[in-house]
Amino acid sequence: MFCSAVQGEFGRLKRAERFVLRSSALLQTQKARTCLSEVNLSNKIPNVFRSCLLSCFFLCFSPSLLTSYRYVTVVGKHPRYKIAVFLHICGFGDRVSGPPRFQPLGARALSLTAAQSSAEAPPARADSTFKVTMVPGDGVGPELMTAVKEVFKAGDVPVEFEEFHLSEVQNMASEDKLDQVLTSMKGNRVAIKGKIHTPMEYKGELASYEMRLRRKLDLFANVVHVNSLPGYNTRHNNLDLVIIREQTEGEYSSLEHESVKGVIECLKIITREKSRRIAKFAFDYATKKGRKKVTAVHKANIMKLGDGLFLQSCAEIAELYPKIKYENIIIDNCCMQLVQNPYQFDVLVMPNLYGNIIDNLAAGLVGGAGVVPGESYSAEYAVFETGARHPFAQAVGRNIANPTAMLLSAANMLRHLNLEYHSNMVSEAVKKVIKQGKVRTRDLGGYSTTSDFVRAVVANLRYRPV
Amino acid sequence: MMQVLYYAYLLLKAACNTLADSFLPLINLCSLPPPAKYGGRHTVTLIPGDGIGPELLTHVRELFRFCCVPVDFEIVSIDSKSTSDDDMNNAITAIRRNGVALKGNIETNHNLPPSHISRNNILRTSLDLYANVIHCQTLPGVRTRHRDVDIIIIRENTEGEYSSLEHENVPGVVECLKIITRKKSLRIAEYAFNAARQNGRRRVTAVHKANIMKLGDGLFLQCCKEVAAGYPEITFDSMIVDNTTMQLVSKPQQFDVMVMPNLYGSVISNVCAGLVGGPGLVPGANYGKDYAVFETATRNTGKSIANKNIANPTATLLASCLMLDHLRLHGYASMIRKAILATVSETRLHTADLGGQGTTSEVVQSVMREIESKGPRTSEQI
Repeated sequence: MFCSAVQGEFGRLKRAERFVLRSSALLQTQKARTCLSEVNLSNKIPNVFRSCLLSCFFLCFSPSLLTSYRYVTVVGKHPRYKIAVFLHICGFGDRVSGPPRFQPLGARALSLTAAQSSAEAPPARADSTFKVTMVPGDGVGPELMTAVKEVFKAGDVPVEFEEFHLSEVQNMASEDKLDQVLTSMKGNRVAIKGKIHTPMEYKGELASYEMRLRRKLDLFANVVHVNSLPGYNTRHNNLDLVIIREQTEGEYSSLEHESVKGVIECLKIITREKSRRIAKFAFDYATKKGRKKVTAVHKANIMKLGDGLFLQSCAEIAELYPKIKYENIIIDNCCMQLVQNPYQFDVLVMPNLYGNIIDNLAAGLVGGAGVVPGESYSAEYAVFETGARHPFAQAVGRNIANPTAMLLSAANMLRHLNLEYHSNMVSEAVKKVIKQGKVRTRDLGGYSTTSDFVRAVVANLRYRPV
Repeated sequence: MMQVLYYAYLLLKAACNTLADSFLPLINLCSLPPPAKYGGRHTVTLIPGDGIGPELLTHVRELFRFCCVPVDFEIVSIDSKSTSDDDMNNAITAIRRNGVALKGNIETNHNLPPSHISRNNILRTSLDLYANVIHCQTLPGVRTRHRDVDIIIIRENTEGEYSSLEHENVPGVVECLKIITRKKSLRIAEYAFNAARQNGRRRVTAVHKANIMKLGDGLFLQCCKEVAAGYPEITFDSMIVDNTTMQLVSKPQQFDVMVMPNLYGSVISNVCAGLVGGPGLVPGANYGKDYAVFETATRNTGKSIANKNIANPTATLLASCLMLDHLRLHGYASMIRKAILATVSETRLHTADLGGQGTTSEVVQSVMREIESKGPRTSEQI
């Protein structure tokens, strides 16, 4: 009965509002799908009753989520927007399914996205070939991937790549292609990718392919390693930062609508669960790598509820890590401090948009987008890419892109695959070439081409004592 | 009109209860930190402990590296000689964060004042690891006096005689309190019957001394009987602990699943471990509602054989397999377990406790060789 009420109400909403509801992935949840059956409601029920029914429905349907409701101030007077927002809060956008009813003892859910954990992978062996999904992306992505493949071939690295060319700007993107990539990823669990460019024009889909890939795989943590390269002097030398960014919510929720002509509302979503998850990731990462301090970056003086929730979650999780110092800093002050005294930071954790900005800023501190590797983690999968994601379309075909970032990221991927020896071999070769200073691409002030650089790396690979 | 709406609301709420119920567990999750699994790799706390613990756990780490097991260990050491609580709190926080731990035994010095409670006990009670599960099976290849022993022992881990409540009212007279509560007895009985059902076991035996401790063990027995009523397909019987030990050494094949309070559990688990080949062969698991800690069944420190390369690593390695099963990495768990069982059946590799002359490292190397030769391959093109 109530399902049909929603159906009827759905039809009543204006086009933009329906768009909002759809794009908030109402129908992605299994439970919602079974609930929203195709029963048509007669339009004779008065409007008031319909709205009441709807609110009752949602009140019952999500008792535990009333708490999260209070963290959103709903802008806009029309009650239908409140419903739209409420729907999203109810988690019909990217809802995680709870753990099974009969939970085995001593087992809290192994990942919050239990629905996504595929069948267990067969045990790996140290002496066999590892399969990795490769998505070259746009711009200089394919050239960088060629560099990686050449270096791997020369170094005899036991990794096999499964390539997929997914690209929105080159019209090589479709749902099928995305599904293929996802299936491959779920099988291989490790991927290396370039940047899949998001066109600026709005073509009817608010979420880009890259965002959709991230959401479907639930790659919630983006880690960017900002390390100064030995031998290449910048204004700040010996920098060693790690930037951890929440990648699935925040300002990138793809929820935008034009309620009144000329007025756009763009929703920034912050949830407790995801904030706790990224905070735990940051502290776990710091513990694993022996880091001393985690700084949360926020703007809670302005976005009191949103970023306030993020800060609160970080503080809660920080209590479990008495040996790691926890601090927080406002984003504007953080940017200023980064350019004046970046040595005060160790590990930084932040929501989505601030992460994007700080990633690029920190990359600029050590030498630019061509130098900084990054990776994205979900509970099950790991995707390796550059830290600052730019397609660099101006350099396509000119052989001038700097493959350092991609090669260092590939080395991190080898470490993740348990191939420590090969990982060290590749990263040391790259660092050696940069230290020697003879072969440098244009962004580092030299005149060499990408292929020269790759050749130099390959040459340095061979001199490693076996 | 308002009444109609109110009734409609109630109706909706009742109807939505089933849906709402499946959302409820999320509330429980809110108090627990999110799980520590990133990029497919789990993080597990490792507590080396004392005696043979550190060397055997190093072997476990070596083996995991060799097999590419996606588990990262966070090592938290506890100094058994220090009197401060910082180390323990650190370890407990680390287990709270990661959810799973693998540990060696921490030595408890009898000569220290009684205010110094056993560290292992503190760990178990603070994390509420209420069920200690030990599966004693005769391993093929290990010669014992008894054959076909297959007993699951479920021991209440947090109360009973181990409550650490003792006092001396009158000089020369010490009172030691054994605590049995209804809630915990029901809990452990429920766990035992559930485990029996899940493993397809037919019989649960409660071990007690209710003829002497009429109220204490009587309550335990009563709780077991209450829970047994809910599992009609499983036979429930009870046996007094002295009779049990006698039966165990004469006819151990009659037992299937045994449930008991803390002290009897300690005694019976050691007897059963002895029946199947000794303390070096049996792994044990401590389960709580939210956490799980894996160690050897008999919890020996092994100070006298520490660092001599003669300890039997089988128990610790099998405990790590239990941990992998718990983390749902069943492929790796069965691969390692098969290799261990194959190694244990080779008599020339038996360590001193099994009557042989092998060393710990030889055993571990042999396990690795087994995995290398018989384990699965990742790439299809061979």
